[in-house]
Amino acid sequence: MIPKISPGFEDVLPVEYRELVQDGSYGRNLRIKDLGTFKESIEEHPLCAGCALSLSIRLIVASLPCPEDTIVVGTTGCNSILMPQLAIHNIHSLFGNQNAVASGLKRALKIRYPDKHKDVVVVAGDGGTADIGLSMTMHSWFRRENITTIMLDNEGYSNTGGQESSMTREGVVLYMAPLGKKYPKTRMFEIARESGCAYVAAVSPASPRRLEKMVRRAILVARAIGPTYVQIYCPCATNYKFSPSETLKRTKDDEQIREYMSSDAKELIERLGE
Amino acid sequence: MHFPIILFLTKNWLESHMASAICSQKDYKVVPGPEAYLSPAAASMGIVLPEKGQGLIEGQIVSEKVAMEAIAKKLLGAKNPTFFPGPNVLWAVSEKAVAKAVALQEMVKAVPGMKIIPMPDYRPKYPMINPEVEINPNHPNLTIWHNEIDVCVFAGVHCHYANLALKIIRGGTDCYTIALCANPGHEDAMISLRDVHVEDIRRLTKVIERLREGSK
Repeated sequence: MIPKISPGFEDVLPVEYRELVQDGSYGRNLRIKDLGTFKESIEEHPLCAGCALSLSIRLIVASLPCPEDTIVVGTTGCNSILMPQLAIHNIHSLFGNQNAVASGLKRALKIRYPDKHKDVVVVAGDGGTADIGLSMTMHSWFRRENITTIMLDNEGYSNTGGQESSMTREGVVLYMAPLGKKYPKTRMFEIARESGCAYVAAVSPASPRRLEKMVRRAILVARAIGPTYVQIYCPCATNYKFSPSETLKRTKDDEQIREYMSSDAKELIERLGE
Repeated sequence: MHFPIILFLTKNWLESHMASAICSQKDYKVVPGPEAYLSPAAASMGIVLPEKGQGLIEGQIVSEKVAMEAIAKKLLGAKNPTFFPGPNVLWAVSEKAVAKAVALQEMVKAVPGMKIIPMPDYRPKYPMINPEVEINPNHPNLTIWHNEIDVCVFAGVHCHYANLALKIIRGGTDCYTIALCANPGHEDAMISLRDVHVEDIRRLTKVIERLREGSK
């Protein structure tokens, strides 16, 4: 639903709300190429300088096919202190519960709005998705829920001081993991594919157009076919001890772009011209 | 060895504390604070919601008419009366919402000097809020302190966030709170009406206008 201000209250609403109504992205089918020409659904955030995760969220939000009818479900992590700044419906679930909450939400929305697409998109960190919430994540895939799961992979628990996660690479030393990670990074791309996701992609904010295409594809496939998964590599300048100005270079150097789609998903994407 | 003693102490402690709780519930009044950092929910202190046709004044059930008169007097006697419209009236989600918004603006016009500060949504405003131009249910005290508001009216705020805001205001400020509720009322407000719809707001506006004219 595209919001309108009740007559007479236009002048009392804070300026950012008026701008969102007058010049926001709702109902206008705007894309990443249009960034800078409209009022974005995110204005400011409290994350660290050089945070690739914040850049990823900005790009994800600008890529949503239908932001006015999207609900983002998140969980504890760096991203969760940014999420309240989004002009998108947002649910913060208990740590690890995000895919279970999203499943119930999507089912309820299908009943409540049978003739309308309401996109439910999980946006969570690697700890929430691949460690604490792995069971919830995988079971939503097993059940073929019509939701998109986007993992912001900064390869560690960053807002709690730098502990290793299962997505941290083998041998990496972090502030709170001084002996180095003893086992390899979890292969979430393969897990998603084998667990029933119809569309799986890996990308980084260093390739914004490709990120946009993958997020859009994931959401459109989730609407029509089944679960989808996008893994976005977004390294943490604070815990990986590199200069904020190096974030994009580092992201570009280490990104791995991959894409898998089922035959049904491929047919749909071709039909939609995505 | 120590277990019976602990039980004994616990039983005595419970009895004495329950007795004082029952006593304080009986005497409890919902009045301006600052009451405490964690002020109790008025419902837990024995304050019950009014029935249809009734209102609440400081925890006491009165007729709707008496409550409307009390609201009008409070607003007209205030130094800095302020209206906090919530999302249910700020956003034109239905014709009903728009009609209510218009009626509430008429009420604001009837009170000399009454300001409007909106509560556009409920998300935590992090890292900071501009308390001069908006109010947030998670820290409404900031807006009240900043603008030195002595009497405020809430309308169009969903029940759970209204309760949260009203409790925080009572806990940390000396502001007098009035809730115009479309449902069963708010026991955490100092004055509350229930089932408030467009025609009820217009009746309240007329009461305000009558008292204002009468005081000239």
